[in-house]
Amino acid sequence: MRARIPLTLPDPERDHIQGSADAPIKLLEYGDYECPFCADAHATVKEIQQQLGDDLLFAFRNFPLANIHPHAEHAAEAAEAAGDQGNFWAMHNLLFENQTAFDDDDLAAYASELNLDATRLMREVAAGVYAARIREDFKSGVRAGVNGTPTFFINGERYDGERDLRQMLRALTAQLS
Amino acid sequence: MSTAKTNNQTVSNGHRASLGPGVQAPDFTLRCTPDQSVSLSELRGRPVILAFYPADWSPVCGDQMTLYNEILDEFQEFEAELIGISVDGAWCHAAFAKQNKLHFPLLADFEPKGAVAHAYGVYDQKNGTSERALFVIDPAGIIHWSYVSPVGVNPGANGILSALEDLKARSETIAAPK
Repeated sequence: MRARIPLTLPDPERDHIQGSADAPIKLLEYGDYECPFCADAHATVKEIQQQLGDDLLFAFRNFPLANIHPHAEHAAEAAEAAGDQGNFWAMHNLLFENQTAFDDDDLAAYASELNLDATRLMREVAAGVYAARIREDFKSGVRAGVNGTPTFFINGERYDGERDLRQMLRALTAQLS
Repeated sequence: MSTAKTNNQTVSNGHRASLGPGVQAPDFTLRCTPDQSVSLSELRGRPVILAFYPADWSPVCGDQMTLYNEILDEFQEFEAELIGISVDGAWCHAAFAKQNKLHFPLLADFEPKGAVAHAYGVYDQKNGTSERALFVIDPAGIIHWSYVSPVGVNPGANGILSALEDLKARSETIAAPK
């Protein structure tokens, strides 16, 4: 595979991002909606975003481990489909907060809850409209050195430390000095 | 038990030095299921990825074999065969593979314990398991690339894919001048 996207840094043109593209700290996560460690990390990332505010750019790429997480692929597609309707992050949050209910009926209910066109969203999920993009995320992660989920990159460097708030904040704020 | 240890150079951590590029990959025959075996020599003609790992049943989401299972399509683009090896027995492998829906063989380096890991220089005496070590073997059975990962660090797949790309480029340049 030839890398067309930066492997370890967010690409504001392509990725789902939160925060300013000019932020001095860039945090990229490769994650899986059905991975329990990713759900734990999701809460930590929320707190990090609160604390770092405008200093942080956060981006999320899909890394579904579909064999052990049978719903991960559809969940990722639901998030991408929500993104196409302008609401990726709300779906992203709902998915991580409701990890035990990922049947297609549940995904449709989340779409309705977010006032999205649930019929369209589920049609796109069933057709795998975003499968190629998710695979592109996945492949870039493999070449970036992702070795499990979640894997974080801070300003392009893989973060191998503990994923608790204190340790992650320390690593992130070290980028400011 | 193997007495090979005394015949070979050791490195400071007490492990034998692992085999590196250019060396003929030692052949072996190991159980892949309770009633079937695989020999490395049967796989000549295409690249082979040997992934030694310490044990079945490590934490799932960060597990090396689980990760590789998701990347089989990429490995298959290079017509490469992936093989996992640990000192776990064939029944243990069978349960582990079923639980994680693994679609590639896990070989049992079980009796004599760790003999193949010894042959490749990646047996960890202290823990009684193989190290986390990767070998990409070319279609002629020569080691093309190898890597021993630090204890507890899943090496991911990038090194394997780079080695496979390199092998492919090499075979294309050999084929091209004709």
